[in-house]
Amino acid sequence: MQPLILSAFTLTSSLGRGLTATLAALREQRSSLRYCDFPGAELDTYIGRVEGIENEPIGGRLSDFDCRNNRLARIGLEQDGFVQAVENARRRYGPERIAVILGTSTSGILETESAYRRRDPETGALPPDFRYRQTQNTFSVGDFTRRYLDLHGPASVVSTACSSSSKVFASAARLIRTGLCDAAVVGGVDSLCFTTLYGFTSLELVSSTPCRPADADRNGISIGEAAGFALLEKPDRGNGDIALLGYGESTDAYHMSSPHPDGLGAAEAMNKAMQRAGVEPGAIDYVNLHGTATKANDAAEDKAVSGLFGAAVPCSSIKGWTGHTLGAAGIVNVIVSCLSMRESFVPRSLNTERVDPEIASWIATQELRRPVRTVLSNAFGFGGNNASLVLGKRS
Amino acid sequence: MIRVFVDGVGIIGPGLPSWNESHEILAGRHPYAGGELPRLLANRLPSAERRRSTAVTRLAIDVAEQALPSGVSADDVATVFTSSGGEVEIIHRIFEELATAERLISPTQFHNSVHNAASGYWSIATGSRQASTSLSCFDDSFAMGLLETASQTSVERTKVLLVAYDFPPLQPILRVRPLLAPFAVSLLLTSEPSEHSIGKLTIGFDTTDTDDTSHMEDSGLEALRTGNPAARSLPLVAALARSEPVELIFACAANGQLRVKLTPCA
Repeated sequence: MQPLILSAFTLTSSLGRGLTATLAALREQRSSLRYCDFPGAELDTYIGRVEGIENEPIGGRLSDFDCRNNRLARIGLEQDGFVQAVENARRRYGPERIAVILGTSTSGILETESAYRRRDPETGALPPDFRYRQTQNTFSVGDFTRRYLDLHGPASVVSTACSSSSKVFASAARLIRTGLCDAAVVGGVDSLCFTTLYGFTSLELVSSTPCRPADADRNGISIGEAAGFALLEKPDRGNGDIALLGYGESTDAYHMSSPHPDGLGAAEAMNKAMQRAGVEPGAIDYVNLHGTATKANDAAEDKAVSGLFGAAVPCSSIKGWTGHTLGAAGIVNVIVSCLSMRESFVPRSLNTERVDPEIASWIATQELRRPVRTVLSNAFGFGGNNASLVLGKRS
Repeated sequence: MIRVFVDGVGIIGPGLPSWNESHEILAGRHPYAGGELPRLLANRLPSAERRRSTAVTRLAIDVAEQALPSGVSADDVATVFTSSGGEVEIIHRIFEELATAERLISPTQFHNSVHNAASGYWSIATGSRQASTSLSCFDDSFAMGLLETASQTSVERTKVLLVAYDFPPLQPILRVRPLLAPFAVSLLLTSEPSEHSIGKLTIGFDTTDTDDTSHMEDSGLEALRTGNPAARSLPLVAALARSEPVELIFACAANGQLRVKLTPCA
């Protein structure tokens, strides 16, 4: 495929707001997982919470969209000059030529959870201040973002659980390829809510310690929240040192919440991404794992990764740093991959103390300082939905 | 402009049990009298999955099945699922549970609540490992789903099945998101014409100020069209049933317009 330039990108997670804070945390080996202090949640677990969201409501013309997820989106958009970069693209291409394609799993449903606790005891009605379209509906974050950036191109939200914000890159690349758009704002936003905190607990997939990807004693995920965005442009129009080289999508056809034990769907997504990028496994310098730290997920992903790369390529999961940010997990990995290439390092798999002897891939338990030119970035989700991306640094 | 071909159609709505059985109504040759939704069987699902699946998922699976012509294997078909509300019933049950002191969500409830549940069940039902996405675009869910499907079909030169579906939410959400009835539509798109092709679609997107032309003459079908995001497809499906050339404009958010030109295949 024709590469697409990431002419601007940004990330806000529990590691901090923006690229500088994210990079500083990664370089200082600072995890941001904390014992669960999400208001009202009584769970024996650790979470990756973005500080300050509670105190930053959305006012003005978009105040109807005020909810935790859109607040996080706005905080994310305001970092790293992203809004300005989009504004410049808007002037060059026109607002109708820029698409908005974002991923989320739970959108603003924290608002609905709260509204259900405040139902009218007589009629059962939700409180009058509840705004379904602007908060709960899955499209809400896409609608908010396109309005915030004043973009008029096609706008959609991908919601394929934890692969959502990797799949947006594939959709955007295709849309630009058809010629109906010149550029796209892609990314993902997912925020803490009771549905996921208690839902993953019901599946016994939540760890009572900070999550330990690929560790012999790993016992589940830590849930986090994040907002990440990238501006994608054609190489003849956009400026930037990082490009999307390929994408690969597949499904497991196996189970709703367990991965295929041999990682067949994962392997297919990685293979397709490398094929589209026109690179061999030997060209990959770093595999940014989905690495959720559940027994089954890490084992299945390892079968797929070691099947393709043996133990020749360093791999690590970011989940020990940020927690599993679900619908934003794809974009978290993409942005960390961009930093890895820009700053020439492979981040370590944080909290991984003793690599599971069953895991055959090379898990980087210490930071590696080395040139990183090409990265394979994974995101796999419920429904057996897989997406892999190949990103490269331009010479 | 994107150019693709329609190789299969499916429809399920009240009084509209399938494409074959609803053809005359959609073509305007029989009056639309409304009626019941057909039983949602999802026979393609293994029995364990069928028992666990929601009505929303079974609606999507059944309408998807209709659009696959005999001889076309799901193994060769990527899918785009699109729905404004997704798994509305399960989500409501979870919200009710979370409002209690115990907050006991069941594991099956939780994995059935994801927006891509129908996509996951379809992949399990068919054994297909093809790419599958799930979109939500509020009232633009059909138009944006069609754009995604057509774009994937033409760029990847592959068959892609669009499945648009929505169920009315339960109370109390129904009051703030009033949908009229369950409805689903499916379109199998291909990049090159085949023996199955019934029409050619030429699709563009712009923000030119033109009136939304995608209305239904029949008042019952028009009520359905405005009453369910997936039923925004009705003018296109009706034109396919009539085998009539037509140019439709699907008005989207922010003055966006999806322009769809249908040329029936002889």
